[in-house]
Amino acid sequence: MKIPILRLDRVLLVSIQADLSDNDAMEFQSDLVTRVAEVEALGVAIDITALDVVDSYMARVINDTASMVRLLGAEVVICGVQPFVALTLVEMGRDLLGADCTFNLGEGLALLRQRIAKRGDVRFTEDEDV
Amino acid sequence: MSEPLPARSVAIADASDIVTARRVARELCEALGLGKADQTRLATAVSELTRNVIQYAGSGTCVIEDASDAAQRRARVLVEDQGPGIPDLQLALSDGYSTSGGLGAGLPGTRRLVDDFHIESEPGRTRVTIALAKPR
Repeated sequence: MKIPILRLDRVLLVSIQADLSDNDAMEFQSDLVTRVAEVEALGVAIDITALDVVDSYMARVINDTASMVRLLGAEVVICGVQPFVALTLVEMGRDLLGADCTFNLGEGLALLRQRIAKRGDVRFTEDEDV
Repeated sequence: MSEPLPARSVAIADASDIVTARRVARELCEALGLGKADQTRLATAVSELTRNVIQYAGSGTCVIEDASDAAQRRARVLVEDQGPGIPDLQLALSDGYSTSGGLGAGLPGTRRLVDDFHIESEPGRTRVTIALAKPR
């Protein structure tokens, strides 16, 4: 299963819509990192609203992906962690999800825009909205 | 007391079986009237244990059953494999220890999610039993 990566100017949107197998998860990670480099993305929003189970493996994949994206130079935000997923992740162990989170994709995009604007380098902001 | 719900056995042979096993676990919790938090806990615990099977033993089985009695509603899961076994259980159950480059949250994390946790392991056989229960 291929996870679509949508591009909105220099921001990438990914919505994980179904339970991923481990292979899907690894493929998603490399697809996203490649794409971030290709379009020199400034921000990435990963929406996990549809995931009702995030085990330690999936948490690691999400965390690692976020770290990779940051290493490339883009801002990253995780959107839509379900309440019972949050509960379970914290009960299992601290620090399973270390990236910044927002309630939903809309807030995620707003946060990314803020962060990107804060970088303050006009060469990297292609329109006034960003 | 009503008849127990039928047990379901899921063969764990590849990573897609992890998804099946945790769905079945969630369904049983739901059928027993356990809340969403418990459904998610058990599904996550099953996900951790069956992933260990794939990772360390290659294949195994996961039996998900209704073990309710007069006093409580109880969802029980047995995960078993014929893999190499866990040489040092104490170590495997401590936070942050991993032989696979993971976070080391799998077994200790699973133990914290459930009400009962029992593990026995020797070369050729590892068996983990977990259960979540709520008073009737």
